[in-house]
Amino acid sequence: MSQSPDAWPLWEVFVRSKNGLAHKHSGSLHAPDAETALKSARDVYTRRSEGVSIWVIPSSAVVASSPDEREPLFAPSDDKPYRHPTFYDIPDEVGHM
Amino acid sequence: MKWATCDLADYALRKADDTLVLGQRLSEWCGHGPVLEQDIALTNVALDLIGQARGYYQMAAAWRADGSTEDDLAYRRDAHLYGNHLLVELPNGHWGDTLARQFFFDAYNFFLLEQLSKSPVPELSALAQKAYKEVSYHAQFSAEWIIRLGDGTDESHTKIQQSVNRLWAYTGELFEDTDLDRKLDGAVPLPSTFRADWLQKMREVFALATLELPDPNAYMQKGGLHGRHTEHLGYILAEMQYLPRAYPDAKW
Repeated sequence: MSQSPDAWPLWEVFVRSKNGLAHKHSGSLHAPDAETALKSARDVYTRRSEGVSIWVIPSSAVVASSPDEREPLFAPSDDKPYRHPTFYDIPDEVGHM
Repeated sequence: MKWATCDLADYALRKADDTLVLGQRLSEWCGHGPVLEQDIALTNVALDLIGQARGYYQMAAAWRADGSTEDDLAYRRDAHLYGNHLLVELPNGHWGDTLARQFFFDAYNFFLLEQLSKSPVPELSALAQKAYKEVSYHAQFSAEWIIRLGDGTDESHTKIQQSVNRLWAYTGELFEDTDLDRKLDGAVPLPSTFRADWLQKMREVFALATLELPDPNAYMQKGGLHGRHTEHLGYILAEMQYLPRAYPDAKW
């Protein structure tokens, strides 16, 4: 192979399982184009019949929050337990929620 | 059933040998693929083929009804009793050689299984229907690599064209109608009947790959179906059969 795999862009793989409603992040892989990425994702991440649908997304398209911003982004919600819906009396008739 | 079970057993054995030998060959790539993604892809194909081989060996053992098991048939027969096509026993060579061999075989297997899945023999049709789904993917995978390498760089184009030219002489045997096929008329397809479909597939993919199709009427190598093999099969069997032959009582 004249082209090193390092030259192939990275893709993030999301797989939706049989009884899952959402695609979940499974991992990443290198592939020269979207079609190959999809095929490789099938081969690498669904070998044990994990999924019924696959998304691949160029890793470069992912916009991530910065670890430096962790405090301002997430700390403020730590001391607001009232946002968890645990203070309500649930009528017995409702059963499991 | 109007077909002799010994003939059906021999037929299943040939298919078993094809898929086992190619599966064994492909598994040599395990851990040696050019990149992790393709290493796993090819290993998956190898596993599918070995799974198909087991199905055929079990069928053959049941039809022979002589007490032999799938393991006896796979591990205790010598090369001259193997009835696989010469193509599948050829060495892996480089990535292009492997994928050219794979594309030739996948396309053949695809059209074979398409016909075999309509067989009135329920064992054959059931296995063919399951294998057809697997092989549809194999054929797509190998065809894409032919296109990618052919329509790739100058180097990849030259190398894959050389692989195709070198392996071409082993494709004629895939469509050889033998006495066994004729005896099983109605139960299994005559290989010559889907040669045109196979050639058409070759033309389509080679056009996309900007590759030249070798002469379909060129001289072709034969003999595998009748137990006359290349020197390569002996080495494959020696490695594959070593353990059960050296330790006949070994258990999984």
